[in-house]
Amino acid sequence: MARPLGEATREAYGKALAELGRENPDIVVLDGDLSKSTMTKYFAQEFPERFFNVGIAEANMVGIAAGLAASGKIAFASSFACFVMCKGFDQLRLAVAYSGNNVKIVGSHGGISIGEDGVSQMGHEDIGLALSLPGFVVIVPADGAQTRAAVRAAAEYVGPVYIRVGRPKAPIVYENGCPDFQIGKAITLREGNDITLIANGLMVAAALDAAEQLEQQGVSARVLDMHTVRPLDEEAVEAAARETGAIVVAEEHLLYTGLGTQVAMAVAKRHPVPMRFIGLTDYAESGAPEALMRKYGLTADHIARQALDLLQQRQGALV
Amino acid sequence: MVTTEVSLEQLERIARKLRRHIVKMLAIAGSGHPGGSLSAIDILTALFFGNVMRYDPRNPRWEDRDRFILSKGHAVPALYAVLAEAGFIPEEWLWQLRKIDTPMQGHPSVKDLPAVEASTGSLGQGLSIGLGMALAARLDGKGYRVYVMIGDGESEEGQIWEAAMAASHFRVGNLTAILDYNRYQLDGAIGEIMSIEPVVAKWQAFGWAVREIDGHDMRQILDALHWAREPREQPSIIVAHTVKGKGVSFMENNNEFHGKAPSQAELERALAELAD
Repeated sequence: MARPLGEATREAYGKALAELGRENPDIVVLDGDLSKSTMTKYFAQEFPERFFNVGIAEANMVGIAAGLAASGKIAFASSFACFVMCKGFDQLRLAVAYSGNNVKIVGSHGGISIGEDGVSQMGHEDIGLALSLPGFVVIVPADGAQTRAAVRAAAEYVGPVYIRVGRPKAPIVYENGCPDFQIGKAITLREGNDITLIANGLMVAAALDAAEQLEQQGVSARVLDMHTVRPLDEEAVEAAARETGAIVVAEEHLLYTGLGTQVAMAVAKRHPVPMRFIGLTDYAESGAPEALMRKYGLTADHIARQALDLLQQRQGALV
Repeated sequence: MVTTEVSLEQLERIARKLRRHIVKMLAIAGSGHPGGSLSAIDILTALFFGNVMRYDPRNPRWEDRDRFILSKGHAVPALYAVLAEAGFIPEEWLWQLRKIDTPMQGHPSVKDLPAVEASTGSLGQGLSIGLGMALAARLDGKGYRVYVMIGDGESEEGQIWEAAMAASHFRVGNLTAILDYNRYQLDGAIGEIMSIEPVVAKWQAFGWAVREIDGHDMRQILDALHWAREPREQPSIIVAHTVKGKGVSFMENNNEFHGKAPSQAELERALAELAD
């Protein structure tokens, strides 16, 4: 049932950036001494004059990006998700969000799937920090193909964008590219009537696998790839709530401030139904990526179990 | 754009007028930062009216303009005063400082006034933004210069030194910082709270061309600003020794007026002292 692995989303980001660089001379890229990890190295190799390695100084990097953007450039700035969002946050707030500068932050090594390096390098709360900034579009692509589409869309969009990409090779969700990608528009990967699984990032593939498991147990699960956390596709969420009556949200992020809370707000506002939330409730630890995903419940099995549990709870409530 | 020669006396007269505007707008607003505005105003006057910066008040976003960023955003009354004098905003707007439903935000905001180059006030940020603008000028083959005024207390922020390191690494000759060294920060004398000395040696060590001046001597300010424009492959900084609250006797070196507006009686005394 495991899907074939494709390129890492960070790899797709790096390649997409170099492609965009060829098309648009206004694209500039900044990195904080992690270009070999964030994969901005491809752009750096091809366009050294438009690439600024600012060293290990994320606050300064975000400020410089804001200045470049204020002067007409489309500035992509990258580091690990945790470093750029945490250390650059005050600059993201004042010089990017409040100022409305056209800066694209791409945080790599999002989530716990980076594995052995451990908590200090993992993005646990990066999406929540981005969501807390008014005006920021927040995107978490599921695989390489979608990342390429998202990076392209971010470059075309005028305004601040945060994209989270990951370290490991990502299971392929979009075999033939992701031509339908649109900021703020969920992609229905699987139709279903009994329950809806909403996910982004690596959890999309897990949700698809979970839906297959559920099907074997006679449960028809809809799967929504909610790649854009903001602006959230509230129409798709409302339709899921109305038509399936139960929702499980899965994300590789702390539950306090991520996709789950955004979906829950939309559900509460538009059509309340029972929900379950899969994600982190605390900092993780070092370990092999797959072992970590298992230990912290970020698996198809766990999604399927929670879905069945939720359906049972709903049935009990109905009886 | 200023094209005619301006005498030192004319500049000093403008600075005196803008000091009157600063204390008046703060008194009307009822809050704000007089000390750091008055220490900065002679330098801002020279920048905007001493044939230093190129700008066009009818087209504040003119691509080839020189940029000025007030990184020590608390001194925004000084910035608003020069923007009004230069014709970017109407003088009446000064009396709306800090009022709701006006563009006259309590700290500089690019979204509210197109003549403002960067939103500042969270200290330490302006130099990085200015560096980004200076790099953009180089990429675009444009000849504009970026000026960033930083505070002495602000120099305690780590980001200032991140930007200092990067600016010399990237060899941006079109970036000039101006340190308004008025020797006080909110909690007291800078030497007692957190000394930034030896500040000239620090900037030199970071690879900057440094010049020290009396930040209230118009001749020295103009000379330094012209020195900053000389072609070089390194950024430049003018360390301007200033007096907090300069020009109003009871505000000078009186840190009570770091972040307190003058009362009506104090305003009248100040205006009497600042009369032409």
